[in-house]
Formats: sequence, structure tokens, C-alpha cells
Amino acid sequence: MSASPAKSMAETATEYGLNAEEYGRIVARLNREPNHLELGVFSVMWSEHCSYKSSKKQLGKFPTTGPRVICGPGENAGVIDIGPDDNGVGQACVFKMESHNHPSFIEPYQGAATGVGGIMRDVFTMGARPIALLNALRFGDPGHPKTKRLVAGVVSGIGGYGNCVGVPTVAGETNFHRGYDGNILVNAMCVGLADADKIFYSAAPSAGLPVVYFGSKTGRDGIHGATMASAEFDEASDEKRPTVQVGDPFAEKLLIEATLELMASGAVAAIQDMGAAGLTSSSVEMAGKGGVGIELDLDQVPQREEGMSAYEMMLSESQERMLAILKPGREADGERIFAKWGLDAATIGKTTDTGHLVLRHKGEIVADVPLAPLFDDAPLYDRPWIAPTLQPRLTPADVAEPKDYGAAVLTLMSAPDMASKRWLWEQYDRHVMADTLEDSATGADAGIVRVHGTRKALAMTSDVTPRYVQADPYEGGKQAVAEAWRNLIAVGAEPIAITDNLNFGNPERPEIMGQIVRAIDGMAEACRALDFPVVSGNVSLYNETNGAAIPPTPAVGGVGLIADYARHADFSSLKPGDHLVLIGETQGWLGASMYLRECLGREEGAPPPVDLAVERRNGELVRGLIGSGQVETVHDLSDGGLIAAAAEMALASGVGVQLTAPDDIAAHAWLFGEDQARYLVATRAAGALLAVAEAAGVPARVVGEAGGDAIAAPGLFSLPLETLREAHEGWLPGFMGS
Amino acid sequence: MKAAVIVFPGSNCDRDCKVAIERSTGAAVALVWHQETALPAGVDLVVLPGGFAYGDYLRCGAMAALSPIMADVKAQAGRGVATVGICNGFQVLCEAGLLPGALLRNDHLKYNCKQVELEVANSQTRFTAGYKDQRQAVMTVGNGEGNFFADEATLDRLEGEGQVVFRYVANPNGSARDIAGIVNPQGNVLGLMPHPDRAFEPELGSADGAILFQSALASA
Repeated sequence: MSASPAKSMAETATEYGLNAEEYGRIVARLNREPNHLELGVFSVMWSEHCSYKSSKKQLGKFPTTGPRVICGPGENAGVIDIGPDDNGVGQACVFKMESHNHPSFIEPYQGAATGVGGIMRDVFTMGARPIALLNALRFGDPGHPKTKRLVAGVVSGIGGYGNCVGVPTVAGETNFHRGYDGNILVNAMCVGLADADKIFYSAAPSAGLPVVYFGSKTGRDGIHGATMASAEFDEASDEKRPTVQVGDPFAEKLLIEATLELMASGAVAAIQDMGAAGLTSSSVEMAGKGGVGIELDLDQVPQREEGMSAYEMMLSESQERMLAILKPGREADGERIFAKWGLDAATIGKTTDTGHLVLRHKGEIVADVPLAPLFDDAPLYDRPWIAPTLQPRLTPADVAEPKDYGAAVLTLMSAPDMASKRWLWEQYDRHVMADTLEDSATGADAGIVRVHGTRKALAMTSDVTPRYVQADPYEGGKQAVAEAWRNLIAVGAEPIAITDNLNFGNPERPEIMGQIVRAIDGMAEACRALDFPVVSGNVSLYNETNGAAIPPTPAVGGVGLIADYARHADFSSLKPGDHLVLIGETQGWLGASMYLRECLGREEGAPPPVDLAVERRNGELVRGLIGSGQVETVHDLSDGGLIAAAAEMALASGVGVQLTAPDDIAAHAWLFGEDQARYLVATRAAGALLAVAEAAGVPARVVGEAGGDAIAAPGLFSLPLETLREAHEGWLPGFMGS
Repeated sequence: MKAAVIVFPGSNCDRDCKVAIERSTGAAVALVWHQETALPAGVDLVVLPGGFAYGDYLRCGAMAALSPIMADVKAQAGRGVATVGICNGFQVLCEAGLLPGALLRNDHLKYNCKQVELEVANSQTRFTAGYKDQRQAVMTVGNGEGNFFADEATLDRLEGEGQVVFRYVANPNGSARDIAGIVNPQGNVLGLMPHPDRAFEPELGSADGAILFQSALASA
């Protein structure tokens, strides 16, 4: 990894992903050429991954404050207020989603595993115990030769890490599309719990404090991982395997316990995990945020291999490592706790008042650079963009009716995106910590875990509909936020805030930048309209291979609060004799629908628009019905429309459903349309429910009844529930061959 | 009533076990670090929890079985103290020689987390007396190495002596003779792969696990 002497430093800079202008900027800031180590430090800090240089301007559009926001974007994770526990102690929920796309494509098991490990560290670094994990996965076409191996590797990596650490994986989403053939997406989200007055931050408070390293030793793995994550792929990408880190979940488990114990001891002044760009970014961020300097003696760094250079140590992305700044005289607390948990640890430096990052190795100063340009003087780009080309609106008449409705329903419910993902989530421990109320197996629109020892619960979900964002980034961006909000509403939670994971192609292409700009515009508008601020997030750009970009995929991770977990809803409690009431207006929107794609092979049309005022009105009605105990069986309508919601409800409950088609709308538009802001609700007292809806000005109508062992719409189709179940459950095990 | 839950590095169901016992029985539960050399005096129930002790490196349970605290766990078990190993704890008990057999990799080679229906094969043990006429119990499993194995003679003896306590109604992992849990010949050491510590309240999907803890401490 050392530069060949024949190369100029400027040439090396290009190799490290810096353009000529950026290199010039470094020389200007230093008033000299950087040495090789300094160049490495600049190149990772100024990588897209660490500096957000292409997206920062756009990210500023998001609302990031609110009555429940304790800490918004800029720290390791977002923090929200979730009210007091039973003893009146204020509690906080800490959460974030982050991508590990590039590493997972190159080495799926370790890429996904370390993605889970990294996002957990972001959460416990802030003082929170991780209590739940989610994931949002996008794979290529099932027919692509790499897809099966990538699914197997990613799933076992996620499970292998999360299961061992002992944090339940409660929810997620998985899509397949040829647009991800060359760039899969692995987005992992972690939710943690802390006392509201015991949140830890990364800013170093003053000079003269000890800088303590603890966790695993530093090895040569993952060098330049952040730079790789900021570049496109080509045929030679498999050669980047050495830049992928290797995870050790056992070490992570020990690190969690030691970190939380160290925090509880009162010794910690500031703390930061070593994630992307490892020791470089953790030390630069702690000192930079605190406005101090930092001096490290690299000879003190615990090393896994002999003869490591300063460059390798600073750029290593070895996993399961933390950097803490301790309060004066508290080193003994650290030593005691690290010894108990068997962790390597060393005091490797101190904070200073120089405003510089100074690195010593073998008794010599090997780097000395001012922190300010490293930390907050990365170039910011206002990249040119062009407005996305929009798709025409399709009417039901533009979309063919199926010849055989029963066959169409089976095709839809066994399509890769719609089929049960049991094969994968049965490989995730969903029950450890013994507070899981709803998970991937139970039939609910969001995962729900109890806030340990209280009557409260947290609901969480991950959502985006990439085909909508592709067709119209603005409406698709709105829809991603609205659907996360809707899924939290559908379980009876108060939606509080989101984390986002913005996955796009190369922002240097104006059409991709157009997707980014417009998707963020739509998301931000939905966040404002629904009082659903962004508290943390991650941007993953350059998801392209040989110039082909992924479908724009801004994943939204939403978190909501349930005041009393006895009052929550799921969609597995349908009982024979229940009436099914559809809440919200149905126009029969088939553009960009799952039906259009899976049954007719057409990927076109404008996606369903989201009227945010209607979204809010309908959602507040549904949440009120759940909160007052009037309904306990609810499913939102999304991919596949009414029939998909009814089918999933019937399968999860083991009860048949008879739907009655109205005569004022085309049957296929009614069954498969994906109009937004809708919920399917089960009730014994349909009349009373319709009256409540009418009083709230919300359209609602009875669309069917539960009973029997078939799913049917008289005059259109009738399918035995078991036939539907076989189709829905059969696809993924069949594809994976087990 | 006093119970102790052992905490190995990598245990991750230690708190779950503590909470499950407290809420099921009201007993006081101590968490005991693996480097301790003695259990609390007068303990009535010792639980080895689930998780990945020592990362499951080398072999599941192999290193934990050599932890300092295990000497006293063995000594107390020898004196008849009720001892339960759940999931990884069952693997530790087998590695420590307190129970026969071994837990192999699941036959489908994958980690498997799901709800399972169990047959209470012997409700005459001190761990299952509370099930009385209830012949079935619902719990969850979550493991990659839950496939119980023993030689045929051992399996015959386990069945003949009533040492098979729980069986799977639908075998999830290839376990010999559908075995989910066994006791030692003296009947005071139980190992099982399903998690009673995740099934102690109806809102968790089942409260059948609470009966196990209540039974174990009823005789105390």
C-alpha cells in the first residue's frame, strides 16, 4: 500500500480518489505537498463516504428538529425522547441506518456482518444498549448468476453477527431487481435504548486529556475501505476484496459490555467508534468537533501484525475498536474494565491545544496537519443536475385486466418481491432480549419491542419503493417517508422520527444528481407534513457498475412509540365473521404498480401520488381507532394493493377472506391498485367504524368478510388458502434450493 | 428461593434468564461472573444461559466448560442442586460432562429461529412437574447447533430411564429421536435447546416456559 517512488504525490492522490483540484486544495491548506501518510489521511477524510461532499447541500433540506428530538444528524446516531420509565427517569431511543453496499457485493458474508457490527457501534458509542436490528436488502435479478450466492452470504453474515452479539433482528425488507445486478444494497439499522441524561458525544472537551484505544487489535484489513465505498465498480472490483474488513461478533459483544460499563463508571469525557477510515476519522472528528488538537503515538496502538507502518495503522478499518477520551485521572477505571472483558487497550495519545493532528511513529513525527481543513474544509459540491424525465399517468383502461384473476393473484403473491422471506428471517434471532412483541414472523406492519421493564414499546420499520422513486424521484421520495409513517401508524405507534440511507449512483452525472435532488425534496416535504424529522442518516453514492446505476433507493427507517403495548395492532388477528373495512380513497392507480410489473411485465407509468394532508388525516383516524381499542387487526396497503393486504392478513391469521367488488371501478384497478394512504381494518362493528370515519371526513367502505378457508372475490376468483400459502412461501426456498 | 445465572463472556441470554425467573417465580436471581469460583451460598437453581460463550470458537460450549465457576457448578449439581442449561447452556453442560451427548450443526446447516411445539415427554421431573396434564408446550428455538446427537445405546438408555424430557413435535434440526431436552440420571440437571426464558409471558407468544422455572423452584 505504499506509493511507488516513481509516482508523484499528485498521481498518488488520483489513485486515492482525489481529483486534481482537491489535491491542489490540500497543498494550499498545508502550504506544502503532503507526505504519503498525510495524503492518505486527507483522502479518506475527504472521501464522499466521510465528507458527504456531494450531498451535504441537499441534506440541509431535511427538517431535523422537533419536540422529541434530543440529537439530530451529525453525531454517530440520532437521539429521540421517548418519555420517562416507571420511576420517572427520562428515556431516549438512539438509532441510525447505514449502508455496507460495496463491501457486501465483493465479500457478502463479511461485508454484511461488519455492516451490522458498524451500525451497532454507532448506537452504543452514544451510550445506548442496542435492542433491535433491521435490514433493507436489495439484490439483483434472481436469474443473475451472482444473486443466489450473494443472498446466501449476506443473510448468513447478518445472522452470524447479530445472533452472536445477542440483539434481535425484528424487521426488514428485501427486493430483487436487475438494476442491482452489479451493486447490491445492504442497509442495516440499529435501535438502542439509553437514559435521556446519559447520552455520550464525540467532541473532545479540552486539551491535556488521555486518548485511550480499546477493543480488537489493529490489522491490515479494510485499508482504504472508505475510498472504495466512494467509487464505481468495474470488472476489476473483485480485486478489491482485501479492502473488506473481517468482523468478530464475539469481540463486539465484549466491546458493548465494556463500553457501557466504562460509561457507567463516569470515566468517559468523549467517545467515538473506529468505523470508516478507522483511527483517522475517529481522532480527527473528536478533536475537530471539540476544537482542540490531538497527538497520537502510533507505537502504542495494539497491533495484530508485525511491522505495520503508520499509514497502515491510520487507514486500517479493523473492526470492533473504540477511541475514548477519559476524564483526568480515570485511566484506572478503564484498565479494570478492559481487563475484566479481556480487551486490548492502551493510552495512545492526548488532546492538545495546537489544533493540529500530530502523529508519532518510532520516535519521529510522521504527520503534522491542521485539523480544521481535514475536519470541515472538505470541498463541498453543488453538482449540476437535470430534472428527471417523468412517466405518463396511466388509467385503468391503459392496463390490461388479467384473463385469469386467480392465476394473477398467485403470480403476484409469489413474485420475488412479494413472496415470504421466511427463508432469510428464520436465520435471524428475533427473540433474544425477550422483549420482542412483533417481528418478521408474526404478521405486523412494523417490528415491535418492549422498552424493557415498562409498558412502553418501540415500533420500527424500513421502507422505500424503488420503482416509484425511479419513475418519479419526488413522489417516490415522498412515498418512502409516508410508507414508513403508515407502517408505524398501522401498529398503533406514534411516529417520531426517521433515519435515512440514501443509495444512489454517481452524483457526477447530472441525471443521477437530479434523482438525488428531487428524491430529497420529496422526502423533506413528507417529513415536514407528517412531523417526522430526520435525526440520522447515511449516504451511499457511486452505486454503479460500468456506468449503469442502481434504481434510486432512499431507504427510510422509521421509529415510533407505543405508550401501552397492550394497545397495538397487527394483521394476524383476523377472526371468522370479522368485517373488512378499507380506509382511504381507492381510485385504482396502476402506474408503476406491482401488478403491472409482475403480471404484465411492464415497468412504466407515473407512481401513485401521495397527498400528505390526506395521509395524515387517514393515519390519525387509524391510530385513534387502535389507541381506543376499537380495532386490533390492521394492515396498510402498499405493494400489490388491496389483494396483497387481504392475502397477507388471511395467511397470517389462518382465516379465509371473501372480498366483494364494487361496481363503480374496474375490478383489476380495485384489486391491484396502489393508491396511497389506505389501510385494511377488521372489525365486528362495521357500522360504528364507518360512522367514526365519516365524522372524521375519511372515506371508508366495507370490502369483505373473514371466514372459510379460501381467499375469494365472487365472480373473479377463489383460491384455497393453502394454495396461496404454497405459492407465497415456496418461491424463496425454491430459489435458494433448500 | 434463590437462583443464580452464570455469565460467560459471550452469554447473551443472562438478563433474559434473570428476568424470566424473577417474573415467573419471584425468586431473587444473582448474576455470577464466570471467573468466580463459588456460587452464592444456599442457591436453589443454577442456570447456564444461551448465547455464544467465548464466541462459540473451537466448539460450542467447549471453552466455557473450563471456566473457573464450572468447578462449583459441577460440585453443586453433584449435591443435587437443580441446574438448567438452555441452548448454549445445554451445549456447555454436555461439554462439561454433566449431560450425555452433543449438539451438532443443524442438519439443514443454517441458524434456525422459530416457534416450536414441544411434547412434554416426562412430566415427573422436578423441572416439569408443573406441566401436570399439559402434554404440549410452546417455546422458541434460536440456534445453529441444536441437533442433539448421542450413540444408540445412550439414546436407548435416555428413553428407557425417562431422561428425555422434551421432544419436538416437528423436528426442526435433525435431533436424534426428536429430542429437545434431557435430564441426568439423578433428575437434577436439565439441558434443553428451546428457550423457556423467551416464553414466560403471553405477549411473548407463550408463557409455557414460566412453568419450567416455577417447577424447578417449587421443590426448593
